Amino acid sequence: MKNTVPETGGFFARDREIHPPAYTPGYKTSVLRAPQRALISLEGTKSEITGPVFGHNMIGEFDNDLIVNYAKPGEMAIGQRIMVHGRVLDERGVGVAGALVEFWQANAGGRYRHKKETYLAAIDPNFGGFGRCITDENGYYAFRTIKPGAYPWPNGVNDWRPAHIHFSIFGHGFAQRLITQMYFEGDPLIWICPIVKTIPDEEAIKRLVAPLDMNNTVPMDMRAYKFDIVLRGRRSTFFENRKEGN
Amino acid sequence: MVQPLNYLKESPSQTAGPYVHIGCTPNFTGITGVYDTDLGSGPMANDKTRGERITIKGRVIDGSGTPLRDAMIEIWQADADGFYNSPSETRGKADPNFFGWGRCPADMVTGEFSFETIKPGSVPFNDGRPMAPHVTLWIVARGINIGLQTRMYFSDEEEANAKDPVLSRIEHRVRVPTLIGKREGDVVTFDIHLQGENETIFFDI
Repeated sequence: MKNTVPETGGFFARDREIHPPAYTPGYKTSVLRAPQRALISLEGTKSEITGPVFGHNMIGEFDNDLIVNYAKPGEMAIGQRIMVHGRVLDERGVGVAGALVEFWQANAGGRYRHKKETYLAAIDPNFGGFGRCITDENGYYAFRTIKPGAYPWPNGVNDWRPAHIHFSIFGHGFAQRLITQMYFEGDPLIWICPIVKTIPDEEAIKRLVAPLDMNNTVPMDMRAYKFDIVLRGRRSTFFENRKEGN
Repeated sequence: MVQPLNYLKESPSQTAGPYVHIGCTPNFTGITGVYDTDLGSGPMANDKTRGERITIKGRVIDGSGTPLRDAMIEIWQADADGFYNSPSETRGKADPNFFGWGRCPADMVTGEFSFETIKPGSVPFNDGRPMAPHVTLWIVARGINIGLQTRMYFSDEEEANAKDPVLSRIEHRVRVPTLIGKREGDVVTFDIHLQGENETIFFDI
């Protein structure tokens, strides 16, 4: 966290046009889980513009290294080595410092380490598939992993998820809470995925596709993908913190 | 021509999917040895926390009446005096023994979630009027495309609830009870209905 006056302004109204609506029949599970009544509008109160802040000391040394954080000593996860990095920004373009970013993904074969996962691709004994980090004072984060595989899922009879990494992000206010997914540049499955297609706006989808970043690619080691995440902005309180009557 | 505003757009939401546990509550799904504990798990109050101990429990129920067994619920609340443990809390200092945030995956068999916490104090609305004690909830799951935001108020606060500035602006009074947790002893039960006659009120905040 920066050593500055805490921000107390309300958040910009959420632009629901760039988010998926609740009811998206192409993604079948949404049908019985989509609220059907209008959301009730509520300008954020103290209960939503505040939020938990997590300290850097909660992060373990290898929490941001999925290649080794579940591997046996001296071993590594199998797959294409990559670094994913970028900034957590808000809609004003300001870096969000101290943001907790959690991520999880399938292994190189497209298999998750989960009790309910039944895909026949092999489990990698050295890959857990999750990690976390906290952004620095500029909102920057980075982690090392292997590129996840695409995998089939029961929705249509032949639906496949593009390779992706799930992200959960905390900003400074609970109203900024966001879960999303990152896709990889050049994956043809992106544009036929029923979950991607819940987002109605093609330009918005593109903002979830991470480009290959050759500048940060480490020669003879790992490619880099750059993924910036934008959380809701908040208003200036320049005229809001005056005493009553002024 | 005018100057461009140059605001960025929020990243679009995507569903948390069926494997949200792997990233957020790995120990719960049996992946041990990476994180000591799951973030936000366990009792939210310790021995020194001020306030009345309560347990909040409930289920998230779909349009067929079936509880979701893959949902994840997060709670955010004020301390016993109505202060949030957050840098954006400028009215006073919150109880240092109360973080105020918890996370619970729905039980994989019953779908039940529960939080061992304290009853929050009253927090002022933006115009200074007191809001009745409440907790803020955020619900994600497979099939939920964007996290759902709601609140739970307390059935033993009838008088405060009647004056609450948020509850009192809800046009369809018949829906207000969907935001009230039923208190019996130390347990407050709050089922969240995604659809149907008792669909819970969700907010666009």
